[in-house]
Amino acid sequence: MILAHSAATEPTRRDFLFIATGAVGAVGIAATVWPFINQMNPDASALALASSEVDISSIKEGESVTVKWRGKPVVVRNRTAKEVEEAKAAALSDLKDPVARNANLPADAPATDANRAAEGKENWFVMVNVCTHLGCIPLGQEGAFGGWFCPCHGSVYDTAGRIRQGPAPENMAIPVYSFMTDTKIKIG
Amino acid sequence: MSGPSTYQPQHPALKWLETRLPILGLVHSSFIVFPNPRNLNYFWTFGGILAFMLVAQIATGVVLAMHYTPHVTLAFNSVEGIMRDVNSGWMLRYLHANGASMFFIAVYIHIFRGLYYGSYKAPREVLWILGMIIFLLMMATGFMGYVLPWGQMSFWGATVITNLFGAIPLVGQTIVTWLWGGFSVDNPTLNRFFALHYLLPFIIAGVVVLHIWALHIPGSNNPTGVSVKEKQDTLPFHPYFTVKDALGLVVFLIFYCYFVFYVPNYLGHADNYIEANPLVTPAHIVPEWYFLPFYAILRSIPDKLLGVIAMFGAIAVLFVVPWLDTSKVRSANFRPLYRQFFWIWAVAAVGLGYIGAMPPEGGYLIVGRILTVYYFAHFLIILPLLGLFEKPRPLPASITEAVLGGGAPVTAGAPSGPQTK
Repeated sequence: MILAHSAATEPTRRDFLFIATGAVGAVGIAATVWPFINQMNPDASALALASSEVDISSIKEGESVTVKWRGKPVVVRNRTAKEVEEAKAAALSDLKDPVARNANLPADAPATDANRAAEGKENWFVMVNVCTHLGCIPLGQEGAFGGWFCPCHGSVYDTAGRIRQGPAPENMAIPVYSFMTDTKIKIG
Repeated sequence: MSGPSTYQPQHPALKWLETRLPILGLVHSSFIVFPNPRNLNYFWTFGGILAFMLVAQIATGVVLAMHYTPHVTLAFNSVEGIMRDVNSGWMLRYLHANGASMFFIAVYIHIFRGLYYGSYKAPREVLWILGMIIFLLMMATGFMGYVLPWGQMSFWGATVITNLFGAIPLVGQTIVTWLWGGFSVDNPTLNRFFALHYLLPFIIAGVVVLHIWALHIPGSNNPTGVSVKEKQDTLPFHPYFTVKDALGLVVFLIFYCYFVFYVPNYLGHADNYIEANPLVTPAHIVPEWYFLPFYAILRSIPDKLLGVIAMFGAIAVLFVVPWLDTSKVRSANFRPLYRQFFWIWAVAAVGLGYIGAMPPEGGYLIVGRILTVYYFAHFLIILPLLGLFEKPRPLPASITEAVLGGGAPVTAGAPSGPQTK
């Protein structure tokens, strides 16, 4: 066996064959195992970029609509002037998570209200309504900041969906979306 | 202890088999003449009860699988079909659902028994670790089984528990997506949970074989914790312990059947009779009762990653108990301080279970945090220190002496050299 050789002796032809065979075997096993692991990842139908179109013309100020996108609820909210003011008033230093988490912006964009709300339409707010703690659906217009409150483990979000209190580590995510017209948005 | 088989088949057919596959000899030496300490109390019947429960869960589970459909549009209705249409389906499902709870009641008693009598100590460390692996597999199986009826608690329990893995730095979200097979708990998740829920009990059965194998090397511990020294310390497994186990099992089955036939939904949640809705989280989501102490630990810590680490740590710490406990004396009966700390810990563990069922606010949160700290302090601080400072009571010279009395306790040669009177 290979271990029997001292460091001083030259490796033999048998040592080389032993290592080479073992290496080929290991690569072969890894290549065989991988499909058995990878089959559990999202399949082609789940990956097909589902997009949802939402007509927002009927959403009055202070109202929200929830649509299902990729199996998750996305809330589209026409925020009141008061909610927008409160969200703008929050200093970045008061935020637990200072990053915007907005898929339409660079990953390091700061979590200002302007970076959370729709671009140029600060009353419109689109967000994946899933708590970043353990995935429950926070209740809208609840909690100490008038934004969202998660009933599962008590995370409190403000009116821009930013985490303010409780165990959740991140602001709720903003999905990729765009305004097709002034009254219609496309999520995804 | 088991040694070479003494099995001597008389019938020619049995002789023929024994020379080709000595399986009857194995059964004979393991479950007929196997020498057990003569002083085992009824806490030692839970191993047999657990073996029975595993078989019962597999038997009821296999027949339920003949009527269940693992698809998000059909799962909930197929379970209702089992309840209303399938012959005796209501009973089979209630046996299986309550059977899971009974399985956990029995396993918790079995674990507490091991902790009280020091059954994890040398030479039984591997036996203990195999038991902990079974416990982990049971939790995975129970969790995935609870998802299958596809009610609201099923769905949101699955969401919360799978999201725990999202706390892992860097790869967390990738792992969660992999577990789900999508971007939320959905049909691929249900389908694979069903496949794994069917598989895991057989893995458990395999580890149980190893657990019994590891048990039969040193043999059972006993209430004195004193090792078997001679033949008169033991009695053969059959009929003494088959009968004792059978009585324990029958009493346990009466308890089990009370739940099945009188309060079949007592241990469940009404919300799980509402079909899963991915857009609405129930106001108060709670896991099954057997996860509550660990859930309380998770919620006590106001940080996602640390909470998850603490919850898994609460189980992981049990694996290393054989090395955290520095005392050489096994049984708490001879450890005056450990005996008290054991019960304080037991109350704390049950208390955590109560806190886990309550909303995470106000006084519940504070008590939960205190109990969480105590839970870990018991294992990481109290247990190592007790072995150094505690003066054990004198041990009996042998199991036989402990049973029959006979003179003052002889301590010479006792493994720990405890104080003499």
